[in-house]
Amino acid sequence: MTLENSKVHEVEPALRARDLTKVYKTGEVEVHALRGVSLELYPADMVALLGPSGSGKSTLLNILGGLDQASSGDAWFGSRHLTDLDDRALTQYRRAHVGFVFQFYNLIPSLTATENVALVTEISPDPMAAEDALEIVGLGERLHHFPAQLSGGEQQRVAIARAIAKRPELMLCDEPTGALDSQTGILVLEAIERIHAELNTTTVLITHNAVIADMTDRVLVMGDGHIVEEHRNTTKSRARDLHW
Amino acid sequence: MRPLNRKLTRDLWHLRGQVIAVAAVIASGVAVLSMSLSTTEALGETARAYYERYRFAHVFGRVQRAPEYLADRIRLLPGVQSVSTRVVKTAILDVAGFEEPVIGQFASIPERGEPELNALALRTGRLPRPGHADEALLSEPFAEAHGLVPGSHLRAILNGHWRELEVVGLALSPEYVYTIGPGALMPDDQRFGVIWMGRKALQAAFDLDGAFNDISVGLLRGTDPDPVIREIDELLSDYGGAGAYERANQISNWFLMNEIKQLETMSSILPVLFLIVAAFLTNMVLSRLITVERAEIGLLKAFGYRNREIGMHYVKLTLAIAGIGIVLGWAAGYWFGLMNTRVYAEFYRFPFLLYEPGPNAFILAGAASLIAALLGTINTVRAVAALPPGEAMRPPAPTMFRQSLLARTRLFLALDQPTRILLRQIARWPLRSFVTSAGIGMAIGVLIVSIQWLDAIDRIADVYFLQAQHNDVTVGFAEARAADAEFNLAQLPGVITTEPMRTVATKIRFGSREERKMIRGVPPIQNLHHVYDADGHPINLPPDGLVISTMLGELLNVVPGDIVTVEALQGRRPTRRIPITGMFETYIGSPAYMDIAALNRFMGEGPTINSVHMRTDALQRPALFRELKEIPMISSLNLKAAAVQTFHDTMAESMLIFVSFFVVFACTLAFGVTYNAGRITLSERGRELATLRVLGFTRAEISYILLGEIGVLTLIALPLGCAIGYSLTLLISGAFKTELFRVPFAILPNTYGISLLIVLAATLASIFVVRRRLEHLDLIAVLKTRE
Ligand SMILES: Nc1ncnc2c1ncn2[C@@H]1O[C@H](COP(=O)(O)OP(=O)(O)OP(=O)(O)O)[C@@H](O)[C@H]1O
Ligand SMILES: [Mg+2]
Repeated sequence: MTLENSKVHEVEPALRARDLTKVYKTGEVEVHALRGVSLELYPADMVALLGPSGSGKSTLLNILGGLDQASSGDAWFGSRHLTDLDDRALTQYRRAHVGFVFQFYNLIPSLTATENVALVTEISPDPMAAEDALEIVGLGERLHHFPAQLSGGEQQRVAIARAIAKRPELMLCDEPTGALDSQTGILVLEAIERIHAELNTTTVLITHNAVIADMTDRVLVMGDGHIVEEHRNTTKSRARDLHW
Repeated sequence: MRPLNRKLTRDLWHLRGQVIAVAAVIASGVAVLSMSLSTTEALGETARAYYERYRFAHVFGRVQRAPEYLADRIRLLPGVQSVSTRVVKTAILDVAGFEEPVIGQFASIPERGEPELNALALRTGRLPRPGHADEALLSEPFAEAHGLVPGSHLRAILNGHWRELEVVGLALSPEYVYTIGPGALMPDDQRFGVIWMGRKALQAAFDLDGAFNDISVGLLRGTDPDPVIREIDELLSDYGGAGAYERANQISNWFLMNEIKQLETMSSILPVLFLIVAAFLTNMVLSRLITVERAEIGLLKAFGYRNREIGMHYVKLTLAIAGIGIVLGWAAGYWFGLMNTRVYAEFYRFPFLLYEPGPNAFILAGAASLIAALLGTINTVRAVAALPPGEAMRPPAPTMFRQSLLARTRLFLALDQPTRILLRQIARWPLRSFVTSAGIGMAIGVLIVSIQWLDAIDRIADVYFLQAQHNDVTVGFAEARAADAEFNLAQLPGVITTEPMRTVATKIRFGSREERKMIRGVPPIQNLHHVYDADGHPINLPPDGLVISTMLGELLNVVPGDIVTVEALQGRRPTRRIPITGMFETYIGSPAYMDIAALNRFMGEGPTINSVHMRTDALQRPALFRELKEIPMISSLNLKAAAVQTFHDTMAESMLIFVSFFVVFACTLAFGVTYNAGRITLSERGRELATLRVLGFTRAEISYILLGEIGVLTLIALPLGCAIGYSLTLLISGAFKTELFRVPFAILPNTYGISLLIVLAATLASIFVVRRRLEHLDLIAVLKTRE
C-alpha cells in the first residue's frame, strides 16, 4: 500500500488545504490557532497528526470536517470547495462523507449505545447495522447501556462505532485512544484499520502517542499553528503489533 | 422507534418536573382565558334563554291608573305581539323577627292561567288560588333570607291597613334577576322582596278596581322599540304615564347586562394579560431548555443532521410540552368555567343553567399558547443551529467576557469564593439573568393586578359610602310630598339631623343622544348626603343648572356650558332647556344633580321632597323602626350599614369569584417560573457544580452558589415585579369602565406585600425542590456526561 501511495501522486487528492488560518477573537485577545496550513490527503491515505497541546490539531481537523469555518485559506474535498460551502452544503458534506471521533466522546446521554450509533446510521445512505458496528469495537455485550453506565474507554468505543457505522469516505479521529489502556486502544485502532482497509477510507488520526503513528502511511507534526514536519513511514505496522 | 424520537421521549421523562412546570404555566394562561370567556358566554346565553322561555317583556310602562281597554289599544300597535297589564305597588312589610321595616314590591298575577309576559318560575308550593285574597307568592331569595317557606305568614300595610298574608309558594322571575329596591345600589334580599298576589286582591288593596298601573309589552322579533314607546306614551299620557322604556333600561336587566359586560371586560383584559405573560414565560423557559441542548444540537449537526430535522425534533418536544399544558388548561378552563357559571347562576337565581361553551375561547387560548411556545423554540433552535457545529459543541463563552469593574473592587475581593462565583455568574450572563428576573417579576405583577381588585372595591366603597354619605338612614316616599314631611320625620325618636332630597324621572336629550335619568335635587350645600367627587371633595351646587357625572357627560356627549333638553316624566311633565354647569368624577353610576329649589321650580311645584336622609342615634333605632313601620306612604328605606354590607357581599360573590381564580393561577405561574429557573440553572451548572464538589467544595457551598443565584435574581425581581404590577394596573384601570362602575387606580401596600410574599414562598418551595436534587447530585455521572 505504501508503495502504491507513493506512486499515485498523479491521482486527485481526496482532501486538499491551502494556507488555512484560524483566528479566535475573544474580547481584545486574538488566538492564532492556525497560521497557514497546507496539505494534501490522498484516497485511502492513513495520516497521523502529532504535535504539542494547543498547536492547532483539533482546529485543523474541525475545519477539514466541515465543523468550523476557517478565517482564511481554502480547502477542497475532491473538487468541492469546502471553504465556499454554506451551512446547508456543509451539512450535506458531513452527512454523506465524514465520520467523526471526537476528543470528548460527545455521546447523547439519554440514548443507549445502540441508539447513539443508530442516530448516525439513520441518516446514512449505506450504513452497517448499529449492533455490528458495536461488535467491531468489542461492545457487543453492552448494546443497551447508557453512556453514564459505561467507562470512559467504552464511551470512546461507542463514539468510534458511531463513526465507522456509516462507512465514511473520510474518517477524522481526534485522539481516539487518549483515554484507553493499550489493550483496548489497540482494539479501537484495529476497528479503524479494518474500516480503512475495507472501504479505503481516508483517515486522519490525531494522537499524542508516537507509537500509534507507526500504523499510518504518513505523519504530520504540528507546532504553533503550522505543519512543522512531515514524513512518510517506510514500514507500516499492523495495529495489533503495536504496544505501549 | 427512530433514535431521535426515543431521545425525545426519554428527555420528556427525564425533564418531567420541568415539563410539568412549563405545562402548568401554559395551562394557567389557557385555563384563565377559556374559563373567563366560557363563563361570560354561558351567563349571556343563560340570561337570553331565561328571558325567552319566561317571556320577559320588551317594553315597560307605569301609569297612575289606566282603564283596562287601553291594553287592547296598545295590542293593536304595529310590532306589538303581546300585552300584559298589572297592578304593581310598593308597601311596607313586617316580617316576624326582623326589626327593620321591609319594603315589598307587590305585583299582580292573573287570577287564572299563566301571565302573557314575565312568566314566573315556581320553585316550591303553588300559585295563589282565585278568590283567596290573603295568599301570596314570594320571590325565592327574599323568602330564603328570612327563612320563610310555604305556610309562613307575614304582615303588610295594604292601603293603610295591616294585613296578614300567607305564603303559598316561592318563585323567580326574569324581571327580578337583580332585585334592587328603590334607591338601593345593590340587591338586599333582607330588606326588599317581591310578592305576587292575585290580580283582584291587589286591585282591591290599592283601589285599582277595573284598572291597572303597570304595563308590559312584548314585541315581534326585530321590531324597533322606539316608535312603539312613543305611541304608548301618547296613549298613556292622560293617565299619569311616567314614560315607557325599553328592556335595556329595565332596572334588573340593566344591572344584569352591566354585570355581564363588566365580567366580559374583566375576562378579556386580565386573562389576555395572563396569556401574554404565560406565553412570554413559556417562550423564555423553552428557549433556555433548548440552549442547554446546545452541544447536542452541535453534535447532530456534526453528523450531518439538517437544521430542519433538528428543528423538528425540538418542535416535537415543544408540541408535547405545550400540548400537555393546553389540554390541561382546556380541562381546567372547562371545569372552572362550569363551576364559575354555577356560582353565578346561583347568585343571579337563574332557574336553569346553560353551559355549552363554544370552541372559540378554547381554540383562541390554545393557539395563542402554542404559537408563543413554538416561536420560543424555533428562534432558539435557529440561533443555536446558526453556529458552526464545532463551536456549538463547546460550551458557550459568556457574553461579557472581560472582567467587570465589579470584579476589581475591593469589596468584591473581600467576598468569599462561593459568593464571588455566584455574582460573577449573574454578571456574565446579564441577559439570561434579566430574563429570569423578568419572569418572576411578571408573576408578581400578575398577582398585584389580581389582588388590587379588592383594593379598588374597598376604595369605591370608602369614597361612595363612608366619605360621601354621612346619613345612616334614608327614607323615600311613593309620592312627592310637601316639605313638612321632612319636619315630621325629624320628630321621630333618635333622629339627629335630616336633609331633604327630591328626585324626578326625566329624559335628558342632547343632539341625537337621550338618557333616562333620575335627577336628584339636593340642597346647594349638603350636610349629610354629599355630591362627592371621586378625588374626595364635596361639591356645592350652583343655584341653577345641572351638575352631572363625567360618565353621564360621556353618554350624552356634553361638556360644561352645553345646554341639554330635560323632559320630566311625571307631574305636569315640563320640558325645559337647562345648562350643564358642572361635571364631576364618580366611581359608581352616572348621577345628575340640581339644586332642590331649582328642580322644584322646573317642576312648577312648591317646596316638595320625596326622600329624606337622616342621621340617627344608633341606640334608638329599634324605636325609630317601630315608628317607621306605621307610616304607609314610605316606599323605600335604606340603611347605610346594610348598603355597605350588601355592596361588599355582592362584589364578593360576583367579581371576587373571578379574582380568586386569577390569584390561584398567578400562584401557579409564580411556582412554574421559579421552579423552572432553578431547574434550568441546575442543568446549566450541574457539571460545574459537580466539579467544584470534586475540588473540595462542600455541599452547602455549592447549594449556596446555585440557590444564591436564584435568590439574588428573585431579589432583583421584587422591585421589578412591583413596577410591572403598577403599570399593568394603570393599564387596566383605564380600560375597565362600565356605566355602573369605574375602577379607581388603587393598590394598597398590603397588596404589594402579599404578592411579594406569595412569590417568595413559591421561590422557596422551588428552591427546596431543587435543593433536594442537589443532594442527589451524582458527581461521577455528571462528570462523565453532560446533563
Ligand atoms: N473557541 C476558542 N476560543 C479561543 N481560543 C481557542 C478556541 N478553541 C481553541 N482555541 C485555541 O486555539 C489553539 C489551538 O487549539 P486546538 O484545540 O486546535 O489545540 P490541539 O492541538 O487540539 O490541542 P490538544 O492536543 O490539547 O487537544 C489553542 O491555543 C486554544 O487555546
Ligand atoms: Mg485537541
